[in-house]
Amino acid sequence: MAIEIKMPALSPTMTTGTLAKWLVGEGDRVNSGDVIAEIETDKATMEVESVDDGVMAKIFVDAGTENVAVGAVIAVLAEDGETASDVAKAGLQEPSSPVPVTSVAAEAKERAEPAPVTAAPVKAVPAPKTKSSDKPRIFASPLARRIAADRNIALEGITGSGPYGRILRRDVESAATAPIAQTTAALAGATQQGDSYLVANSQMRKAIASRLQDSKQQAPHFYLTVDCVIDNLLEARKSLNAKAAEGIKISVNDMIIRAAAMALIAVPEANASWEGENTRLFRHADIAMAVAIDGGLITPIVWAAEQKGLAALSQVTTDLAARARDGKLAANEYTGGSFTISNLGMFGVREFAAVINPPHGGILAVGAGEQRPIVIDGNLAVATVMSVTLSADHRAVDGAVGARWLQAFKGFVENPVTMLL
Amino acid sequence: MTDTQFDIAVIGGGPGGYVAAIRAAQLGLKPVVIERENLGGICLNWGCIPTKALLRAAELRHSIDEMADFGITVGEVKVDLAAVVKRSRKVAGRLSMGVKHLLKKNKVTVIAAEAKLGAAKDGLRQINLSNGDMVSAKHVIIATGARARALPNIEANGKTILTYREAMVPETMPESLIIVGSGAIGSEFASFYHDMGVKVTLVEALDRILPVEDEDVSAFVQKSFEKRGIKIMTGVKLQAVTSDANGVQASIEGQDKPLQASRMILAVGITGNTENLGLEATKIKVDRGHIVTDQWGATGEAGIYAIGDVTGPPWLAHKASHEGIICVEKITGQKDVHAIGAGAVPGCTYCRPQVASVGMTEAAAKQAGHDLKIGQFPFAGNGKAIALGDDGGFVKTIFDAKTGELLGAHMVGPEVTELIQGYAIARTLEATEAELMATIFPHPTLSEAMHESVLDAYDRAIHF
Repeated sequence: MAIEIKMPALSPTMTTGTLAKWLVGEGDRVNSGDVIAEIETDKATMEVESVDDGVMAKIFVDAGTENVAVGAVIAVLAEDGETASDVAKAGLQEPSSPVPVTSVAAEAKERAEPAPVTAAPVKAVPAPKTKSSDKPRIFASPLARRIAADRNIALEGITGSGPYGRILRRDVESAATAPIAQTTAALAGATQQGDSYLVANSQMRKAIASRLQDSKQQAPHFYLTVDCVIDNLLEARKSLNAKAAEGIKISVNDMIIRAAAMALIAVPEANASWEGENTRLFRHADIAMAVAIDGGLITPIVWAAEQKGLAALSQVTTDLAARARDGKLAANEYTGGSFTISNLGMFGVREFAAVINPPHGGILAVGAGEQRPIVIDGNLAVATVMSVTLSADHRAVDGAVGARWLQAFKGFVENPVTMLL
Repeated sequence: MTDTQFDIAVIGGGPGGYVAAIRAAQLGLKPVVIERENLGGICLNWGCIPTKALLRAAELRHSIDEMADFGITVGEVKVDLAAVVKRSRKVAGRLSMGVKHLLKKNKVTVIAAEAKLGAAKDGLRQINLSNGDMVSAKHVIIATGARARALPNIEANGKTILTYREAMVPETMPESLIIVGSGAIGSEFASFYHDMGVKVTLVEALDRILPVEDEDVSAFVQKSFEKRGIKIMTGVKLQAVTSDANGVQASIEGQDKPLQASRMILAVGITGNTENLGLEATKIKVDRGHIVTDQWGATGEAGIYAIGDVTGPPWLAHKASHEGIICVEKITGQKDVHAIGAGAVPGCTYCRPQVASVGMTEAAAKQAGHDLKIGQFPFAGNGKAIALGDDGGFVKTIFDAKTGELLGAHMVGPEVTELIQGYAIARTLEATEAELMATIFPHPTLSEAMHESVLDAYDRAIHF
């Protein structure tokens, strides 16, 4: 029997993905465990391994195809003893469910036409979006569609809990609100004039866009900045690294994560996430670190960072950063957490304010450590100073709480011995 | 007994228990049902089914009175009470046999005994049986049902003061009857006994009859009952009830003269059968006569579940069956199992006129803060109802003005108990008013009133 290879779900919330690349061609021999394709989701690129032995008989979905529905048949393997033509003879045909192929031009054109908006919601229901044949049909109840349209929630990103994955009202209500994509009519027009060009947004780009737009629109940010004198910290780092085991190199960023973790435990009210009816308070400091990667960024999480010594912490961050750059993080490694650290010091940025990474309650923007004149007891002196800015979600964290947190953070950074306790 | 070890032991073979056992068998488990009396439980033997047989007799009896309107002359009419009751028992017996057959077909072991929970050992719960045997099972579902609740100052004696059980098998018709409690059971008995020629007084402690139904429905049924000659007293507090050879006297707070009747039926709710199950030695909590469970039927004791009437209201067979299914599906880790949502259990009352509802009443929807669109359509505007000669009643639909969600539907009138599932399906599928309006309802049917009611909520009713 021929073996169908289906689009895998790489995370519980994934409904579609981009088939980035085929690593085998039709007619190639495939052994169980071989990597046969790469799938791109909103945050990561994952390898698809074959679970069977056989010969690649037919590839249905070309590399580069976006919005391939989870579960769609993407290829067929002929089993040992079968030939590709046997498979064809067995009557196995291309799946009838349309596998979407989105070309940039088509998408731009389609988006240029604004969707019909119903003035009186009573008289008509927003039509199911079956008009465009290049999008997989979304199964959702009429009520779920109505509520989603009403609250500007995109059905595309929602996993349905109803029969056969049908999106129901409860799914829409529990889904994080993601505003509907804006029209790119202006851009499309510009393309025709040849003075700009379109780049199809990757899943990651879209995820970043919707999450951060969400955050800025919904979380009332406030910003608190302090200067930290880090000469002691740099000194401590030097002596720690001198004594550290082979292969361990503690970075300034590791020490900042450690200090932030200690501060979250010291000021637990700041370790909070707004959930509407409730505010969630975390027992651990699960700190996400922003890692710039090709085409965007990702925020892998150091779980319970307060329980990790600097050496252990350093190993974790090195591993996460490396795998993040390779697009090899598992979904559960970048989902969750309560606080983010974003460090642009290496680019010489003096200070900046970051956008909160929802559902986190805060993000610390870390600038460069640089020599600056400071005044100590009326005398001018030179010290290495690092400015940090806390962006906090005012719904969950008040100004005074944020300030106390920063104070604690500054204390740990300026007296690094205390963070080693 | 050959088999003593099972995957699931279900205590109680009523509509919750036997359905749970069949579902378990379908999922490849080895279930046992332990039933102390009759398969099918109260529902089949002493509740839903035999009362429907009685009400059918009453309805036919009533129809004869209307024959002249249809141009049919009928001779002398006689009711053979013994035969009416006998038929009702026969219907119940046939269905109980049917359950026995279904369980056998699904290879469910049935043990006729009372069960008492024993110790848990090696992941198995021991169950001691009244016949001296013992079985054990990985999971136990308590589905022991409920029985009529007694009032603190009134004791049913089975002769003059009855519960539903005796009321269902009368040997003679009383001259007059007081029915205490006007929920589904009280209202059905009021309707039945009145149609059989008994002077009925229906007494309700709350301010209206059928108090869980929408206020418009309660008002309509009350008017209809009163028109037929049923006496209704609401907001009544019974003080003391005495009985002697002549009948029953009930003294009422604030009234000098006691109510008098030949018999009384107590229909004031039910209480769970939680006794003698060995619950005391477990962490299972019992609150006001009912076992406390989570939404999947799990009790405070690992591996023991409870479903149906023993867990609390609404006391309805179809709720028990559904709980039995989701409980077993949850135990076996099936995908996409969902707890019963608020307002998802339809309720039916088979008095004349029939009453059926699903979801929220108007008052409840308002209290929940919804902006409402309400439609109402009378059966007097429905051709089929007029042709049937049964055009009293209406269909009321309640929508959320913003989302078009069908929050509730309330019906009173001909065969509405058969119609309500249409709205129940609409609610499960999360249809809005738009889908209901866009659906073609066949003509001429009673169901057209359902369509018109939806249209009326948006000022689009055609026939009214």
